[in-house]
Amino acid sequence: MIVTPLAAYLIVAALLFAIGLAGALTRRNAILVLIGIELMLNAANLNLIAFWRYGPHPEALTGMMFAIFSIAVAAAEAAVGLGLVISIYRHTHTTDLDQINRMKG
Amino acid sequence: MSIAFYPLALLTLAGGLAAVMLKNTVHCALALTVAFAGLALLFLELDAQFAGFAQILVYIGAVAILVVFAILLTKGSETPASGIFSSTWLVGLVIAAGVFAVLSWAVLQSVSALPNETAVPAITVHDIGNALVGRYVLPLEIVALLLTAATIGAVIVALHEKVGEK
Repeated sequence: MIVTPLAAYLIVAALLFAIGLAGALTRRNAILVLIGIELMLNAANLNLIAFWRYGPHPEALTGMMFAIFSIAVAAAEAAVGLGLVISIYRHTHTTDLDQINRMKG
Repeated sequence: MSIAFYPLALLTLAGGLAAVMLKNTVHCALALTVAFAGLALLFLELDAQFAGFAQILVYIGAVAILVVFAILLTKGSETPASGIFSSTWLVGLVIAAGVFAVLSWAVLQSVSALPNETAVPAITVHDIGNALVGRYVLPLEIVALLLTAATIGAVIVALHEKVGEK
């Protein structure tokens, strides 16, 4: 089986996405869950850039712009997410997700 | 596809794997930085210079530092006695493996309609700047608004709230 360059990048991105998903679903620490989510977002960015590079019209910049805006939105997400983790830690004195099981403070 | 792809992909995946597997949370954050750097190099390998340098600036320069700050502010670097994986880790692992199996099956089964080797796109930062303030000016404004709202929101959420005072 011959793997094209695009398929090779897509496989790497899929593997990175699966690693991030496994991290987000299995780790106990809330910050590590956020790290897993960041890895998943980055894997999606790699897909966008790979399709931009091997797509029919790279000069239209569509995939590139999508990736750049995605990076900006992910940065905003990280800031809010980590702010939430710090706020929850102040409330419950733990970042262990197995112990944070009440909606009411 | 040049030969540089393989070590870069290996570096990225090793960094990502270490980021979710290591015991010490600070080590996880450092491994995450390695994964981000590998991704930035992969972007450069794909001739997306602007996205690669934006990745270095935003992720290595800002997000990784933010993660380290959050770890240090929350005593997250202490390894809990009950282990680092949650009680339902097996289910999570099975879901992740299933997602990867489906994705890789779809990628390997599909026949690409695109040519294998295309010419390197001649894109300069000048073109990207023109597109950002031309065709994509509305998304740019919305992202600016989103970043402002997220900054204010993060500060308000993390603001210290005294007990008994609303």
